[in-house]
Amino acid sequence: MADSSVSLKGSVAAAAAGTIDIERCRDDFPVLRREVHGKPLAFLDNAASSQMPEPVIRAYTEYHSRYHANVHRGVHLLSQEATAAMEGARETLRELINARSSKEVIFTSGATDAINLVMQSWGRANVGEGDEILISTMEHHSNIVPWRMLCDEKGAKLMVIPVSEDGVLDMEAFASMLNDRTRLVGIVHVSNTLGTVNPVKEITRLSHERGIPVLVDGAQAVSHMKVDVQAIGCDFFVTSGHKMFGPTGIGILYGKQELLEEMPPWRGGGDMILSVSFDEVLYNELPYKFEAGTPNISGAIGMGKAAEYIMSVGYDAIHAKEQDLLQYATEQLQTIEGLKIIGRAPEKSSVVSFVIEGIHPHDIGTILDLEGVAVRTGHHCTQPLMDRLGIVATTRASMAMYNRREEIDQLVAGLRKTIEMFR
Amino acid sequence: MNDKLSQLYQQVLLDHNKTPRNYRVLDPADHEALGHNPLCGDKYKIFLNIDENDMVTDVTFVGDGCAISKASASMMTTFVKGKHIDEIDKLFHQFHDMAQGKLDPETEPNDLGRLKVFAGVRNLPARVKCATLSWHTLQAALKGKEKVTTE
Repeated sequence: MADSSVSLKGSVAAAAAGTIDIERCRDDFPVLRREVHGKPLAFLDNAASSQMPEPVIRAYTEYHSRYHANVHRGVHLLSQEATAAMEGARETLRELINARSSKEVIFTSGATDAINLVMQSWGRANVGEGDEILISTMEHHSNIVPWRMLCDEKGAKLMVIPVSEDGVLDMEAFASMLNDRTRLVGIVHVSNTLGTVNPVKEITRLSHERGIPVLVDGAQAVSHMKVDVQAIGCDFFVTSGHKMFGPTGIGILYGKQELLEEMPPWRGGGDMILSVSFDEVLYNELPYKFEAGTPNISGAIGMGKAAEYIMSVGYDAIHAKEQDLLQYATEQLQTIEGLKIIGRAPEKSSVVSFVIEGIHPHDIGTILDLEGVAVRTGHHCTQPLMDRLGIVATTRASMAMYNRREEIDQLVAGLRKTIEMFR
Repeated sequence: MNDKLSQLYQQVLLDHNKTPRNYRVLDPADHEALGHNPLCGDKYKIFLNIDENDMVTDVTFVGDGCAISKASASMMTTFVKGKHIDEIDKLFHQFHDMAQGKLDPETEPNDLGRLKVFAGVRNLPARVKCATLSWHTLQAALKGKEKVTTE
């Protein structure tokens, strides 16, 4: 049966049972073999979207080629297989983040959608005039705009924790900003622009001392580090499939069961109900209460497979590999005259943002592209952070577990060429 | 060097980026407009004076952005100065079509002259708006709009 236990046997990197050799895992990612503009691809834009390995692609396409059917509905075999595969994926994702129950794992279209769910359901029921929502300067627009919308609707205040020039959260300021009107703390686990890893456990502890719930935006965390939502203690955690080697258009909201039980449904429709009449609707239990309509089934299956892939590589191996790449990239980039690294927090994930004097990031991005190097340039959906740092845009190289030092060398060579041209 | 790279970042373009022409505020100015590409953060203000015969007597710009947008603004000011506004309108459309790959300046009739260096952006869809931002802004200034955005 096409269930969530599709074997990794076909994978070149499958070393011993259940483990993957990180040095060979690159071979599992077909896209990494391609050339762009006649040069070997150096894909250093993983913070925007990471690539999918063969097992994920296979699981995704197998649903469509073997058992494409709706979930939770049909009595026929294909529907049962689809349901089992999707629920299997939910259970794998529960394991990945160590939620207590798979009832706490809700499929959404991505991290943005998950934050919007919390805003629309929990936020509209719990935030009123004069209340405060506390976020940080380094949030992605997806963890700013929903709260700005809610504050405008309710007459609440959006408060912002400052960050230092190096991109470190000001924890003293944070502690002093918590007050009786604070209704929620929303914090990014890992900054997509700077790579800063925030002390989410400590943030949660301090917030909980005052009874304030915490939402952690983990879109940039899950592909790099072990996330244990119970150890963090946060009330909500969101992430996206395509940032963790899975498909686009799928993500999850983790929420503590007691909170999710209390929250009203946001979207109404099929699958989120037990019974419907024109006078009354009985809502389904968790997690389906928040999953109206036919979900992104292949996306969910693919995301589950991606979680399985990550666990089979192992976070220790991923962390060691990525920290080596981060250190190497930082050292190499520093040798370039006029280059300034933006974001120098002591604890960082494998992201290096930088600016080069006199050359606009978009010109750098275009020239690097023509040299086969894919990076992100611009404000990275963090305009308030850019304003804080007094810059318009950066060039960002973001590494994943499958990247190599050679790709950093390709980046550095491309940058030297750029500088030479602009001299 | 990579062909597309050398086609786009030609010496003339890099030179205009480094030392932009007509880079100053024009005061007083008959018309001005602000052009903004919110995706890139590119921002330019264009000023112009037009005489009673609808001829552009002076045109200047200030602002910041990537090399392509800045060189395009600089070269545009040198190219349209002394031209009639109807002629400029025609140039705008030709430039726009060239940047989008709808007009091949080497095989089809046009009046783009040295502005042909921007033909290379048609191969880089993400950069088309960098090249056309100042032209959109000039159009806005001529038509009396104060702000224009491209994204």
